[in-house]
Amino acid sequence: MLRRILSLIIKEFLTLWKDPKSRYVIVAPPLIQLVLFANAATFDVTHVALGLWVEDTAHPATELVSRFEGSTAFDVVAHFDNPGDVERALSAQRVKAVLHLGQTFSADVLSGRPAKVQLLLDGRRSNTALIVQNYAASILEDFQRQRSPKPDAGLQLETRAWFNPNYDSKWFILPGLTVLLTAVATILITALSVARERELGTFEQLLVTPLRPMEILLGKALPPTCIGFVEANVIAGVAVVVYGVPFIGKILLFHVAVAAFAISTIGIGMVISSIARTQQQAILGVFIFLAPAIVLSGFATPIANMPLWSQELTRINPIAYMVRLTRSIFLEDVSWAIAWHQLWPMLLIGIVTQAYSTWLFARKLQ
Amino acid sequence: MKRMHLVGLLRKEFLQIVRDPSSIAIALVMPIVLLIVIGYGVSLDARGVTFGVVDESRSVASAGFFDAFATTPYFKPTDFTNTRDAEAALMRGDIQGFAVLRSDFSRNLEKPGHAVHVAVVVNGVDANNARIVTGYAQGAVAVWARGRQTDRAMTAAATVTLESRYWFNPEIRSTNFIVPGLIALIMTMIGALLTALVVAREWERGTMEAMMVSPASMAEIILGKLAAYFVLGMGSLAVSMGLAIFLFQVPFRGSVLALVGISAVFLVVALAMGLLISTVARNQFVAAQLAFLVTFMPALILSGLLFDIESTPVWVRVITFIFPARYYVSCLQTLFLAGTVHEILLPNVLILIAFAAVLLTAAIARTRRSLE
Amino acid sequence: MAPAAPPPAVVLDAVTKRFGKGPQATIALDHVSAEIRPGEITGLVGPDGAGKTTLLRLIAGLLTPDDGKITVLGHDSANAVTAVQQDIGYMPQRFGLYEDLTVAENLRLYADMHGLDEAARQERFHTLLAFTALGPFVERLAGKLSGGMKQKLGLACALLPRPRLLLLDEPSAGVDPASRRELWRIVRTMAGEGVAVMWSTAYLDEAERCDSFLLFDNGRLLASGSPAEFSQRVENRTFLLAVPSGSKHSVQRRAAADPAVADAIIQGERIRLVLKAGAALPDGPALGGSGAPQPVRPRFEDAFVSLLQGRTPERAEARTARPPGEPSAAAPVDGAAIEARDLTRDFGAFRAVDDVTFTVSPGEVFGLLGPNGAGKSTTFRMLCGLLEPSSGSARVAGVDLGTARAAARERIGYMSQRFSLYGELSVRDNLDFFSGVYGLDRARRRQRIEWALESFELGPVARQTSGSLPLGFKQRLALSCALLHEPKVLFLDEPTSGVDPLMRREFWARIGALAERRVTVLVTSHFMDEAEYCDRLAIVYGGRMIALGSPDDLKRRFVSDALPDPTLEDAFVGLIEAQGTQVAS
Repeated sequence: MLRRILSLIIKEFLTLWKDPKSRYVIVAPPLIQLVLFANAATFDVTHVALGLWVEDTAHPATELVSRFEGSTAFDVVAHFDNPGDVERALSAQRVKAVLHLGQTFSADVLSGRPAKVQLLLDGRRSNTALIVQNYAASILEDFQRQRSPKPDAGLQLETRAWFNPNYDSKWFILPGLTVLLTAVATILITALSVARERELGTFEQLLVTPLRPMEILLGKALPPTCIGFVEANVIAGVAVVVYGVPFIGKILLFHVAVAAFAISTIGIGMVISSIARTQQQAILGVFIFLAPAIVLSGFATPIANMPLWSQELTRINPIAYMVRLTRSIFLEDVSWAIAWHQLWPMLLIGIVTQAYSTWLFARKLQ
Repeated sequence: MKRMHLVGLLRKEFLQIVRDPSSIAIALVMPIVLLIVIGYGVSLDARGVTFGVVDESRSVASAGFFDAFATTPYFKPTDFTNTRDAEAALMRGDIQGFAVLRSDFSRNLEKPGHAVHVAVVVNGVDANNARIVTGYAQGAVAVWARGRQTDRAMTAAATVTLESRYWFNPEIRSTNFIVPGLIALIMTMIGALLTALVVAREWERGTMEAMMVSPASMAEIILGKLAAYFVLGMGSLAVSMGLAIFLFQVPFRGSVLALVGISAVFLVVALAMGLLISTVARNQFVAAQLAFLVTFMPALILSGLLFDIESTPVWVRVITFIFPARYYVSCLQTLFLAGTVHEILLPNVLILIAFAAVLLTAAIARTRRSLE
Repeated sequence: MAPAAPPPAVVLDAVTKRFGKGPQATIALDHVSAEIRPGEITGLVGPDGAGKTTLLRLIAGLLTPDDGKITVLGHDSANAVTAVQQDIGYMPQRFGLYEDLTVAENLRLYADMHGLDEAARQERFHTLLAFTALGPFVERLAGKLSGGMKQKLGLACALLPRPRLLLLDEPSAGVDPASRRELWRIVRTMAGEGVAVMWSTAYLDEAERCDSFLLFDNGRLLASGSPAEFSQRVENRTFLLAVPSGSKHSVQRRAAADPAVADAIIQGERIRLVLKAGAALPDGPALGGSGAPQPVRPRFEDAFVSLLQGRTPERAEARTARPPGEPSAAAPVDGAAIEARDLTRDFGAFRAVDDVTFTVSPGEVFGLLGPNGAGKSTTFRMLCGLLEPSSGSARVAGVDLGTARAAARERIGYMSQRFSLYGELSVRDNLDFFSGVYGLDRARRRQRIEWALESFELGPVARQTSGSLPLGFKQRLALSCALLHEPKVLFLDEPTSGVDPLMRREFWARIGALAERRVTVLVTSHFMDEAEYCDRLAIVYGGRMIALGSPDDLKRRFVSDALPDPTLEDAFVGLIEAQGTQVAS
């Protein structure tokens, strides 16, 4: 029995490696996506195009303006003197925000009256707008503190972001990407390997050999697991070495997590491949599963922001568990005890899907 | 062009679409599913952030501080008595951040001229969310502080307040820009993927050959095909628009005519891409991979649908120019939220028309030669 | 001959077509020159990949030649594509029908494409529907038609514009003999009206019915002319040798090895001999036959094979290659090697196989014959354990497939139509893999792989990627993989589709040798000449077994004054027609 499975595994690796198409699937898309996501998938906002509409040329106003001009977050690209121009520039996306200081600003500040600074933002990209607003607020706060060195009974918030003090997008995109690409590779390889054999007729050839269904499934599941491990390690390595993402967690835990995750994704790939008759159907099946699974995984946007029903859906999504777990391994050095909460659901999903696909295979033979 | 040829080809395409439920499913059901899953699932707006307040001072002031968080829709605060518990909760993922009020909090607050330090810790693992949560926390505290000042009729020293106005999207809902972007994604999928698959099927069954031998010209055959799927694509545009406006409550401020016109141009671009893919990759496997790589991925990542193109490195920005989706996304977001801004729409439309012309010519030329 | 012969419909002048560029280019057609005359059916004959489809596409204007000139109906095809396409009816492989359109809608589409006006349209529809007997089915979806009906509809679409040139690409592939005859009748009528017909086929017996033929091999035109003249090349060199029952395989092998013999094939209980030019007739009993070989009328295939062998002597050699030196087969199984009892299989409400019962004795070569969709594949799949019967039982090599499937599988070898190999792997990798999954131990594995490489002459290509091998090598590799574990029963699913007649002979020589070593062989086929190799045949039609017997038995049933020497195809068509009248009555 061991000999038969071993032959099957060797064959799987050989076909994967010798077929240029499969080689391409394993190597090219992950590489392209790694480079693309690491650089293009960013929520960081830099070099905000800022317009100035300053109706006050007295002292404190010019000081505030020069603070904005000196800030690395903003690039002052336009000056306005009437609301019409402001509106046109914002509509045409020439500026993302306009800082408006009214005529009485300096006088109000100097006389101790409450003074107003207006910030007009292009709200089309709400996320960017919020961040720009934060930038402006912190410049203003500095300005105020400077002006009244003895702060009144005001509050001073000292914010610290644990695990990612500089709010670097790459730190959360890349660990998530490790999971995503591993998921795509394992599911696609698993789903396609059976469908391809079915299309070429070799699957029937396998079925008339003394291999039992269990042995075929085992032989089909192990190679993608190995590839999943390699892929996860390579991408994690690139994230750490090239992009400087810290890895402070336990390496053993990372590998245990990858194993549990691979069991679950390969189970899903198996279910797809036991339903699909052709490679095209398999690809479609993979897509139908992956598209929502990735969207609802917390990879790009937090699960907590989703409506309740889709938060419930993430409970059956292995990618959601793994994204959360991988990020906490990378950045938080999560403990085994806490990791277990993410590990067992993946294992459960894996066991259920593998059992289901075995049952489907057995049934199909009848 | 003969009328009879075109009418015949069109009738055939429509009969096929009607008989084969899968293309209708892709054209009409997929937009609904995608819009609902992504439209609801992807939100960058933090609401009900689980937040801890470690209250060591147990005073009226600290209770007021807690209420400041409880009364905004952004936070769901939890009370902690010591920092250790809050840290543990943060590690478990039960809370996304916490603020610490030391035991001397209210005493210091009474001392004039004394700065009160409040430490706020957020879980920075999700950097974007952390940044937004921080901003909200600052906002909540500022509101509370201002309220205290007026309560106590304190004429404080000069305070400069920032008054922010969010144009086009006053509620700063991310749905308002994500959903219009999704329409671009859906149109890309329908145009490119569906066409690629349908044409592949014609090759497989030998019907393409039979048509090419008939007196109908290549341009007529392709036009018939495009026209049918064009109608299907516009149908899914209508469905998507309906969902966007009525289900997701995205405002639409532009002209419907401009939207239909621009979408029509983009649809032709997408259809031509699908046609081109089907001629380059005769094999379905490669076709699907290619369709994914050159249409779906760029429409998702490099179009400004979710991520701001302007914040990416220069070389990424350069790459985005070669993918038509970015021009369409820009038009959609403007039409929905800002209105008919000719300054944005015009250049984008011209570029899309150029894409359509080039891709269509290439598709016709390649299809003619693709038996080789 | 009429005094002024009409001008040829198609003139090919040194036509060359290459695919790909540079050193990797393959030559699909190599300086082909020929003329196609109106009013005739011209057969394009040759194995898969010989260049038949490419030629039809060139004439239809779908491709342009790299060299040479094609004149179609008086126009140069290079610059008058549209003018020419008005007058061409083209039926691509798989008929070019829209399967989700009805019969009427398909016809209407083609009428639109050809710009027929309303009156002409009605007249053509009426004629063609009557002609093809598709009248009652106009509202049926093309995808729901039977193979034969699809083929007729495809033909009707091609005939719609009253073409002067009709191009048919493998119109009869996968269609049962009865439908094939119907098709011939229609096309023959068209040719009678002066249409030039080009008909590509892999069946050599069809070539015989054409008025003229073009014979292709590897892109080169090997021969052309009238089939009758071609057959006369082997005039007086064709004989039938009767053999004592049970010895046909050994006699066939001995005959094939005889230096005087160019070709020897099994036809029922007789061996068909084609002598080399100028060779003396060998002595019948010396070859193991009973009596002297009787002269017989030459066939197209006889001439074809002798021509191919003259061209490629090394391939002639392969045909008589050592049979696979099977170490003595395991002790014969008691009783039947294969036993099907009341086999029935339902797919939903559809009964694909209905109560099929037969037994196959050890060492027998048993054929399952029937048109596509008749249930032969379903029966076959149930017997090799790929499909569970709805009721009834199947026993193979003494083991019940229902209760001991794994045990049964160790005793069977299986080779499918598509030579299911792992194309990306090398020949050796494939052998390694199959010996592994059959659980051979290390020593036995080495020994069997050596055996396979040697006796199937795969040694020189052992390191090559199997997907890139020529079809004949693939077929040998597939067979050797199926034999690695020395099975007692061998299942072959359409084992020789698409290969040329020489390879087919070589293949059957190996199968014959296996049968002599008491390996039981179950084979499905729709090639009638292939069926002649079988000891017994089961004809499956409409899910039921309508006849069982040796090829000669079946033929004998249809001997009449009109048909003193019926072919197997005559018998097959007769059986199916009898079935049709039974159902009707």
